[in-house]
Amino acid sequence: MESALLLEKTILVVAVFAITLFIAMYSTLVERKVAGFMQARFGPDRAGPFGLLQPLADGGKFFFKEEIIPAGAHKALFIAGPTIAMFTACISSAVIPWGQELTIGDRVITLQVADINVGVLYIFGVVALGVYGIMIGGWASNNKYALMGAVRAASQSISYEIGMGLSLIALLMVTGTLSLKEIVAQQEGFVNWNIWVQPLGFLIFIVCAFAECNRVPFDLAECETELIGGYNVEYSSMKLAFYMFAEYINMFVSSSLMAALYFGGYNFPFMYDLGLSQNWITIIGVLVFFAKILAFIFFFMWIRWTVPRFRYDQLMRLGWKILIPLAVANIVLTGIVTIVKDTYF
Amino acid sequence: MQSLSNRKKVLEQKPMNFWERMYLPAIARGLSITIKYFFQPKATYKYPEVQRPYSKNFRGQHSLKRDEEGRERCTACGLCALSCPAEAITMISAERQKGEEHLYREEKYAAVYEINMLRCIFCGLCEEACPKEAIFLDGSHVPPEQLRKDFIYGKDKLVEPRFDYKKEQETIA
Repeated sequence: MESALLLEKTILVVAVFAITLFIAMYSTLVERKVAGFMQARFGPDRAGPFGLLQPLADGGKFFFKEEIIPAGAHKALFIAGPTIAMFTACISSAVIPWGQELTIGDRVITLQVADINVGVLYIFGVVALGVYGIMIGGWASNNKYALMGAVRAASQSISYEIGMGLSLIALLMVTGTLSLKEIVAQQEGFVNWNIWVQPLGFLIFIVCAFAECNRVPFDLAECETELIGGYNVEYSSMKLAFYMFAEYINMFVSSSLMAALYFGGYNFPFMYDLGLSQNWITIIGVLVFFAKILAFIFFFMWIRWTVPRFRYDQLMRLGWKILIPLAVANIVLTGIVTIVKDTYF
Repeated sequence: MQSLSNRKKVLEQKPMNFWERMYLPAIARGLSITIKYFFQPKATYKYPEVQRPYSKNFRGQHSLKRDEEGRERCTACGLCALSCPAEAITMISAERQKGEEHLYREEKYAAVYEINMLRCIFCGLCEEACPKEAIFLDGSHVPPEQLRKDFIYGKDKLVEPRFDYKKEQETIA
C-alpha cells in the first residue's frame, strides 16, 4: 500500500512538474505572440507552424551561449542565485489542488501532491523565499545595476507581501481554513466562488501578485531603461534562462493560486447537475482549472502590454498607503458582515 | 498672445478627482484598446512569401533602354549628367563607326556610362531630362555590395538586355 502511494505521488509530482515547465516554456512564446498581436503584428512565426518550435529554438540557443561569470563575482552565490529562484518557483506548486479524486479500480487518487493543512501559509513562505534568488544573484554579480535591481526587488517584495497577506486574511475569515483543498472544495458550483464575497480582496491580491511576480507594471527590479536589465545584467546562457523561466513559473503558480482561491479552482457551473460520473467530473474539472489558469496568464500578458511601469515612489505609495489600508478595511468589513450575518440570518 | 491660427488649445491642469486617481477605470479603458488591437488585422507583410507591391511612381534602379530594333537609344548628350543634382552620372561619348548601325541608334553613343549608386538619390531628374527616352528608373532596389567600387554601375549592369523585337512581335501575334 505504501509503495503504491509513493508511486502515485511520484507520478503526480513528475506530471505537475512537466506541465509547469511546459506551460512556462510556452508562456514565453505566447507572451511574444500576445505582444505582437496587441501591436498589430504577428510575433514569432518562423520556427515551425505558427512559431510553435520557437521555445525549443530559444532553449537550444541558451544552452549553446557562452557562460560568463564575471571576475569580481562571488562564484558560489552567483550560481546559487538562479538555482534558488528556479527551485522555489517549482516547489510552490506542490499544494495546489489540481482536481478532485480519480477512482481507478478500488484506489482513490487525490489530484494534489500534498494536502497540508497550512497550504496557504506554505505558498506564502515559498514565495517569500523566491526573492532570495534575485537578491543573492543581484548581489553576487558585483555590479551596481544588478545590486540596485536586487534591492528594489527585495523592498518591493516585502511591501507587497504585506498587502497580499492581509487581503488573504479576509479570505481566510470567510473560508475558515488554511488548507487549499478545503478552500477549493467549499467553492462548489458557480455562486459559491470566493470572488463574489471578496471582490476587493481579490483586487488587492491580484495587484500584489503582479508585484510579487515582478511583472509589468511592477517590474522595477529588471527595468531595461533605468537598470539595463536589473538583477540579471551579468547573467548569460542557461542561468539567465533560469531567471526568466522562474518568472514564468511564478506567473503560472500565482495564476493557479488566484484561480483556486477566488475563482473556484476546478469547480465549474452545474458540475453535479449533468449526471456525470465522478471520474468525468474530475477530468473536466482539471481542464476547467487549467482553462482558468491560462486565462489568468493571458491577463498577466494583456496587462503587460497595456500599462506602463510605475515610478519607484509611486510603487511604494501604492503598496504602503493604498493597498495595506484597503486590505485592513477589507478585513474589518468582512468581520462586520460575518457577525451581522451570523447574528441576524 | 493672440492666436493667429485659431488652433491653439489651452490645457487646463486640474488635480485629478477620486475617479481618476483610482487608475482602475483608466486601466480598463487601456485594456479595451489593446484587446481591440489584438483582434484587428495585422499590418505585417510576411515578407518572403508575400511581397508588398511597389507604389505606381516607385523609382528604382536605372536602366538604359533599347529601341524596337534592339539599338541603344542613348546618344550621350549628357543632359542626364547635367540635370543630376547628386552628380552621380558620368559618361564618355564615342562616334558610331560604319557597320555599327545595328548597335546604336544615333551617330553618337556612350562608350562608357556610369552611375554611382551611392551618390544617386533616385530623384528621377535624369529620366525627365532625357530627350531620347533612353533612361528610366524602372528597376527594383539596388542590391547591397561589399565594396564601394561595386556600387558604380557601368553599362554592363544598366543597359537592358537585348531582345529580338520582330520575334517578340510574332509571338504576341
